[in-house]
Amino acid sequence: MADILSILPQQLVFGLALGTVYGLIALGYTMVYGILFMINFAHGEIFMIGAYLGWGVLTFLLNAQIAGLHAAWVVPLMLLQAMLGAGLLGVCLERFAYRPLYARGATRLGPLISAIGASIFLQNAVMLTQGARMKVYMTSLLFPRAWRFEILGVSISVLVIVMIAAAALMMWGLHELVQRTTLGRSIRAVAEDREMAAVVGVNVRRVIAVTFFLGSALAGAGGVLVGLYYTQIDFFMGYSAGLKAFTAAVLGGIGNIRGAMLGGLLLGLIESLAVTFINPAYKDVVAFAVLIVTLVVRPTGLLGDVSAQAEKV
Amino acid sequence: MLRLTDVVAHYGPLRVLSSVTLEVRSGEIVCLLGGNASGKSTTMKTILGLVRPSAGQVELEGARIDGLPTEAIVRRGVSLVPEARRIFGRMTVWENLQMGALTRRGAPPPELAADVERVYGLFPRLGERAGQLGGTLSGGEQQMLAMGRALMARPRLLLMDEPSMGLSPALVDQVFDTIQAINRQGTTILVVEQNATVALGIAHRGYVLQNGRIVAHDAADALLRADHIRRAYLGED
Repeated sequence: MADILSILPQQLVFGLALGTVYGLIALGYTMVYGILFMINFAHGEIFMIGAYLGWGVLTFLLNAQIAGLHAAWVVPLMLLQAMLGAGLLGVCLERFAYRPLYARGATRLGPLISAIGASIFLQNAVMLTQGARMKVYMTSLLFPRAWRFEILGVSISVLVIVMIAAAALMMWGLHELVQRTTLGRSIRAVAEDREMAAVVGVNVRRVIAVTFFLGSALAGAGGVLVGLYYTQIDFFMGYSAGLKAFTAAVLGGIGNIRGAMLGGLLLGLIESLAVTFINPAYKDVVAFAVLIVTLVVRPTGLLGDVSAQAEKV
Repeated sequence: MLRLTDVVAHYGPLRVLSSVTLEVRSGEIVCLLGGNASGKSTTMKTILGLVRPSAGQVELEGARIDGLPTEAIVRRGVSLVPEARRIFGRMTVWENLQMGALTRRGAPPPELAADVERVYGLFPRLGERAGQLGGTLSGGEQQMLAMGRALMARPRLLLMDEPSMGLSPALVDQVFDTIQAINRQGTTILVVEQNATVALGIAHRGYVLQNGRIVAHDAADALLRADHIRRAYLGED
C-alpha cells in the first residue's frame, strides 16, 4: 500500500494532463450538442486527423533537416496547423454531412447516422492515404528526457506542463470568447432559441459553422498533445479518445461548456486513480462505468441544467 | 413603409393565410386583430421571413423582402417583440439588450451605452436588474426586456406580437402607454392583439383577420364603433 501511495501524486499529475486534453476534446461535443442537439460522432476522427496534421508538420521539419528545432516554436506551429486543418474539416463536415439533413427538417437521428458514416469515412480515408501502421511522434527530439523537475517528490516533465498549460489556455480563451464577445453571445443565443436569434439578426448558419470550427480546432490541438504524450498515433485512435471525451461531456452535463472542462478533468483523474488502485487494464472499464452511472443517477450531468433539459423534451 | 399584397402562406398542406393585403404607413400604429388561429402570428412570421409566402409579395419601403433570409430583413430595420417574450433566459438583462443591438455592429460603444441607458430610463426595473439572468425576471419584466431588446436595434418598423398576453391590467396599460411613446418618437408600429379594446385605443388604423383572411379594415375609432367588430372581438353581446 505504501508503494501505491508513493506513486499516487505522480499518477494524479498524469491524470491532470490527460484530463485537460479530454476536456479539450469534450468541448467540441458539448458545443455542437448545445447548438444543434446532435452528437457529432465524427468528432473523434477530427481529433485523430489533428494528430496526423501535427505529425505532418514535425515530420516535414525533420525531413527538411532544419537546424535548431525547439519545442518553443515547433509545438505552436504543430498546434496551429492541426487547429486550422481540423477546424476547416469540422466546417466541411457540417456543410456537407449534417446541414443538408437538418436544413430539410430531418429528425435528430438523421445527422447522427450521417456522423457515424462520416466517422467511418474519415478513418478509412486516413488508413488508405497514410497506411494502417502507426506513426511515431518524435517527442524526444522536442522534449528531451532530461527536461523534467521535481516538485515535492513528484517528477514532472516539461511536456506535461506544456500540455496542461496549452489546454488550460485554450479553454480559458474559449470561455472568454463565449462569455464576453458578440460572437460568443450569438453562439449562446442560437443555442438557446435559434429562431429568436435569427430575429435579432444573427446569421445562424454562420454561427453554426463557427461553432464547428472552434470545437474541431480544439480537438485538433488535443490530437497534437495526445500524439506528443503517447508518441504513437494511428487511424483508429479517435474512436476511444472520442468515446472518452463524450463521456467527459456527459459527465459534466452535455451542452454546458464549463461542464465539459470539469468532466474532462474528473475523468482523467478517475482514470489515473483506477490505474493506481485497481489495475491499469481496468482503466477503460472504470471510465465507461462512470458514463453509465452518470446516465443512471444524474442524466443531466454535474453542471447540466435540469430545467433546461426538461424544456427541450 | 410596409405592404403585403395578396400574401398566401401554408404550413405543409394547411393554408393559413389567404390573400392577405395590408399596409402600414410611416409613423402609424396599425393593429391586426383576430382570434386564436386566425393567422396573426403567421402574418408576423411572413413579414420576417420565418415563413415563406407561397404567393403574393411583401415590400418594405418599396423593395421586395419576401424570400430574403430573416437576418437580412432584420438588418433593414424591422424588429420583433415576439409572442411570449422569448428573451434569452440564460443571458443577463444587459446581454439581452446587446443582442438587440446586433444589427448595429460598428456603432460606437458610447452610442450603444446611451441607448441601453435610454431603455433603462423607459423601464427602470431593467436598470435595477441589469446583471440578472433574463429567465429569473417576472413576466412583466420579461415583456419590458423584450421591448427594450427590440428598441436597441433602433428599428424603423416595430412588430409586436400579443404584447398584452399574460400581463395584469395595470401592466397592460403601462405597456401600451410605452408603445405610444415609442411611436411618438418616430417608430412605425404593427401590433398584433387579441385584446382589441386596448389595441384599438392607441392604434391609428386596424385590420381584422379571420381564418387567414382580412375581413375588415378601417380607422381604429371606426372599428371600435362597428357593431360586428364589437360583438366578435370586444366580448359584447
